Amino acid sequence: MPVFYENRGLVTPGDLLAEGDYISSSNTYRRGEKIYASRLGLVKYEEKEVQVVALNAFYLPSIGDLVIGKIVEVNINSWTVNINTSYLATLHTSEALNRSFRPQRDDLTRLFDVGDLIIAKVITYDRTRDPSLTVREPGLGKVVDGQIVKVTPTKIPRIIGRKGSMINMLKKETGCNITVGQNGLVLVHGGTSEDERIAIMAIHKIEQESHTSGLTDRVTEMIRKEKGMKNDAKSTEKIG
Amino acid sequence: MTQKVPRKLVDENGIRIDGRKLDELRPIKIEVGVLNNADGSAHIEQGKNKILAAVYGPREVHPRHLALPDRALLRCRYHMAPFSVEERKSPNPSRRETELSKVIREALEPAIFLEQFPRTSIDLFVEVLQADGGTRCAGITAASLALSDAGIPMRDLVVACASGKAEGHLILDLNDIEDKEGEADLPVAFMPNFNAVTLLQMDGMLTTEEFEQALNLAIEGCNQTHKIQKESLKTKYIAIKEETE
Repeated sequence: MPVFYENRGLVTPGDLLAEGDYISSSNTYRRGEKIYASRLGLVKYEEKEVQVVALNAFYLPSIGDLVIGKIVEVNINSWTVNINTSYLATLHTSEALNRSFRPQRDDLTRLFDVGDLIIAKVITYDRTRDPSLTVREPGLGKVVDGQIVKVTPTKIPRIIGRKGSMINMLKKETGCNITVGQNGLVLVHGGTSEDERIAIMAIHKIEQESHTSGLTDRVTEMIRKEKGMKNDAKSTEKIG
Repeated sequence: MTQKVPRKLVDENGIRIDGRKLDELRPIKIEVGVLNNADGSAHIEQGKNKILAAVYGPREVHPRHLALPDRALLRCRYHMAPFSVEERKSPNPSRRETELSKVIREALEPAIFLEQFPRTSIDLFVEVLQADGGTRCAGITAASLALSDAGIPMRDLVVACASGKAEGHLILDLNDIEDKEGEADLPVAFMPNFNAVTLLQMDGMLTTEEFEQALNLAIEGCNQTHKIQKESLKTKYIAIKEETE
């Protein structure tokens, strides 16, 4: 069972990754006995499995994903939501209200209007039908405060980190509340706009350098440096 | 009236009009991810050719009725800018451009996993900014990079190169004069890891043996271009990696 690249080697579509008794995992495909890459990314060989961690991809819905979307249309008994994927999602009234929907009296725009951002969960999706969403769970619903950062959806696991190490570090160091949508939208909501700025800077750094090692430490260092600079500026002001 | 000076396309030493050897490619420069507003893009310079390729999608199909229930719709527009040639070209799509749009689409279709994205469309724009022969080939090379840059899963990169015949010599990667004055032109698009040809056209006259030789020459050119293509795709990420390490 030969393999043709080092672990974490950069591969392009069509590169032959392995031959023989391997399982073809994400961003790879099998043709006969051979496994090839289908996207640009870093190859990862595990015991029986070959996968490519893509450096650039778009979001495809998957049931149970937390996503951040934008209302694009208000219909008679549903909303159409753009969740940054190839398909438009629908949010049905029964998934937004706790009681039955009364078409004569209820005004849907009072709940969510066009342009509103919502945090939602994907409840159905397959090849034949567009995704549908729900907001009937704690933590879901309209976004009222904070800033949105857009990143490549494949970098989301890197922002979260192994067992949430990266995201916990970000929250602790910046003091911001961070909601990560699987579709590549991240909501940053913090005490001051300065904290938010630093958190957004850190997220962009993670996206840029996601394929390098020792990233968590470098990001921590950057945040501390940024904060230090801010404190220094304050203290010099006082002296002045 | 200007009189046309007779020129030799290939001199007695086997050197071509632009100083190349018979089986030499023009210098190629490729940059990936040049446009911010497209999902994926690439810019290629091959000799005097300058071509931009941009990809959008997979996204909702407009008009709706064109959507395919079982796979994505690949749409392609090959277009030459009015200033891309010596005499201003009308910006309206010509018969030639419509045909090239079709052959470029068909050259790329087998490389893309279209069946993974039913009811969507992938829109590809190949814009020729400056033309000097072999634009369909350079266009295909750039387009497959733009597709990969957009994160669209592909079986293989598609690479294209032309060969042909001028003054009795088989030559690789024809430029505009060689294309127009020469005897034959044979553009080939190729998937290197599959060893599969996805585009094969011929204009002019070749004997059966010449055709076979020319095809092998073109495939050799494709393989050379493929190496440059792969490197250009990796460049951006290698640069970031080196910076941090």
